[in-house]
Amino acid sequence: MANSRSAYSFAGKKQKSDTHIIVVWVDNEAGVLARVVGLFSGRGYNIESLAVAEVDHKQNISRITIVTTGTPQVVDQIKLQLKKLVPVHKVADFKREDKNVIFKEMALFKFVANNNKLNKAFEACKNFNPVILDKTNKSNVIQITALRREIDSMSKNLKKFGLVSVSRTGAVAMTRGSEIFK
Amino acid sequence: MSKLYSGAEIVFKCLKDQNVSHIFGYPGGAVLPIYDELKKFNSVKHILVRHEQGAGHAAEGYARSTGKPGVLLVTSGPGATNAVTALTDAYMDSVPLVCITGQVPTHLIGTDAFQECDTTGITRPCTKHNWLVKDVKDLAEIMHKAFEVATTGRPGPVLVDIPKDIQFQKAKYKSYKKAKKLNGKSHDNFSQKNIDDLIELISKAKRPIFYTGGGVINSGTKASDLLRELVYATGFPITSTLQGLGCFPADDNQFLGMLGMHGTYEANNAMYGCDLMINVGARFDDRITGKIDEFSPKSKKVHIDIDPSSINKNVKVDLAIVGDIKSVLTTTLKTFKKSKKNFSKSNKHQISNWWEQIQKWRSKRSLDYIGSEQTIKPQYAIERLYELTKDKDTYITTEVGQHQMWAAQHYKFNKPNRWMTSGGLGTMGYGLPAAVGVQIAHPKKLVIDIAGEASVLMTMQEMSTAVQYNLPIKIFILNNEYMGMVRQWQELLHDKNYSESYTAALPDFVKMAEAYGCVGIRAKTPEELDDKIIEMLNTNRPVIFDCLVDKQENCFPMIPSGKPHNQMLLGPKDQKEKKISGKGRTLV
Repeated sequence: MANSRSAYSFAGKKQKSDTHIIVVWVDNEAGVLARVVGLFSGRGYNIESLAVAEVDHKQNISRITIVTTGTPQVVDQIKLQLKKLVPVHKVADFKREDKNVIFKEMALFKFVANNNKLNKAFEACKNFNPVILDKTNKSNVIQITALRREIDSMSKNLKKFGLVSVSRTGAVAMTRGSEIFK
Repeated sequence: MSKLYSGAEIVFKCLKDQNVSHIFGYPGGAVLPIYDELKKFNSVKHILVRHEQGAGHAAEGYARSTGKPGVLLVTSGPGATNAVTALTDAYMDSVPLVCITGQVPTHLIGTDAFQECDTTGITRPCTKHNWLVKDVKDLAEIMHKAFEVATTGRPGPVLVDIPKDIQFQKAKYKSYKKAKKLNGKSHDNFSQKNIDDLIELISKAKRPIFYTGGGVINSGTKASDLLRELVYATGFPITSTLQGLGCFPADDNQFLGMLGMHGTYEANNAMYGCDLMINVGARFDDRITGKIDEFSPKSKKVHIDIDPSSINKNVKVDLAIVGDIKSVLTTTLKTFKKSKKNFSKSNKHQISNWWEQIQKWRSKRSLDYIGSEQTIKPQYAIERLYELTKDKDTYITTEVGQHQMWAAQHYKFNKPNRWMTSGGLGTMGYGLPAAVGVQIAHPKKLVIDIAGEASVLMTMQEMSTAVQYNLPIKIFILNNEYMGMVRQWQELLHDKNYSESYTAALPDFVKMAEAYGCVGIRAKTPEELDDKIIEMLNTNRPVIFDCLVDKQENCFPMIPSGKPHNQMLLGPKDQKEKKISGKGRTLV
């Protein structure tokens, strides 16, 4: 660009982006979620989904699970920047393809339809641990747990069975086997 | 039962425990209980500023010239928001600050009360950490932790927001106990293997260079001594960022001058052509690297930094050493002396070609300018100021713009902590209040703010502070009536469309000085410049020096838009001689 009017350097070559699941253990204190989320927005990182809750009441620890996409350099930065925050204890990072890690999302589906369609809807959910949480003669609420993309396709395919409302959590993650992340 | 203290008293007891001798502040409704206690605590002296931004920059000047944390005390709402620029500035330049803000009483928080703002929300992205104190029992602990966070690891600003009712409530005082570790955050993570690898690289290098930054200064004066020792022991050339000036003597032959956008020809070309780059406490800022893809393409890069997130952030490095510069350099020197006793002799031959090449670049004399007998050239003014003050232990602050770059190029610093400038954030109006803070910390030393007339007007009100506390700061204004750097970019990059960069109405700075109760001096010609500077230096009161300089002068050399280090734009002298390729110039 010979006629650039900026004295800033141009962005370098773009690297390939990957999806990562970042797990952050933090002190459960006022503003801690804002600190973590603010770091992402302030530095232009992505958040695809977010799940957070206290996991250790005694030690006052919350576990935040963030699904994000970024180049290896960006993901590295995310981890290092998170580790600098005062209330952050540790940070784990998993690739979505990682076979040693379980990722799950929960979704609630509300169907309004006749009995025949409601039964078909339940049938369609059967691979994803469906639980009927509420049932009337013209509606039901089904809970499923599955991967993100499975829930994506389910919520598309179930429209024909009278799906009227979807509520879903962000992904949570845990390693397989006896190991825990230190 | 131990005694109960009010929140306000606890604040001062903490300051005393932390050996704070000066705080910079401005009172207001939500901090009145704290101000009420001020008279009982003689060990803490309060400096009343004229604007909270001034308090922040003064605390920065204090911190950078002493290595101790700077403390400011401001009220809620506008008091806190006015301090935000200074906090952000300190965050970018890694300056340890502790900012104490008042807040509306707890029961009014969230009701849009008078002078309420979400202080911790607003300052979250510009502090290392901040706290809203909700229980007076936590106050002492939070205050001590605030000082610890501000000063450990990579230093930076922190903020403690104290609601007014908490300032009145009573609790026991807890004295300072050093915590073991902050959530497992340790700062020296390097191994002997790292150091051995570094020495291996050093011993093989044919075209090495040290690239040093503000981290050396933040690590303490000992770090500068160690750096000098290492640079002399290796015989390698060294260049420095804007913030690192002073950690290596500028008049030493091994020093190539500052690098980066307005760095010297030899420093930037050496960075481009080196085969080993040893980054000590610098952060590969965009003003340094230029075009990232072509930044020093053939070199092995070593990065020594206390902040792990600085590693590989902008530039991928081959060897990362995470740790405090002082401890890294101590270990390096120890190992180096043991394993490479006669290094400088055996090495001399290996890097002699490199030094020859550097001398060729040096002979371009890239900082030269065309002198004048009629008008004062800004570079000449700085040169004369340097010559006339170099025998004193002078502290220099600056504003932001051309004058800042000329000061960095032409004023030669030989000691750390003598150079206070806003680098990361580039805050116009930084220098004058920073000079106030420096002079408070060093009452007997010569403190000069090298300023531009546009910048200095942003925080001019702090002259009143200087007069109140008899601070003989010298405000040396290079007055060209333009926002010089804006004008330069418009000339070079925007077809000379000088949109709004000329200040058509400026105050008479000499009269203004008199109105503030200080001394005004004006220099108009090169002939009278020396006498006027001497007059300024002999005045033991605050001085505003209005130095009328060439209005069209540009700051060279310059790396133009998105170019690598080896394609610099040199000054007019060189352009006339057509040494620079035609391509280089059209690319501006």
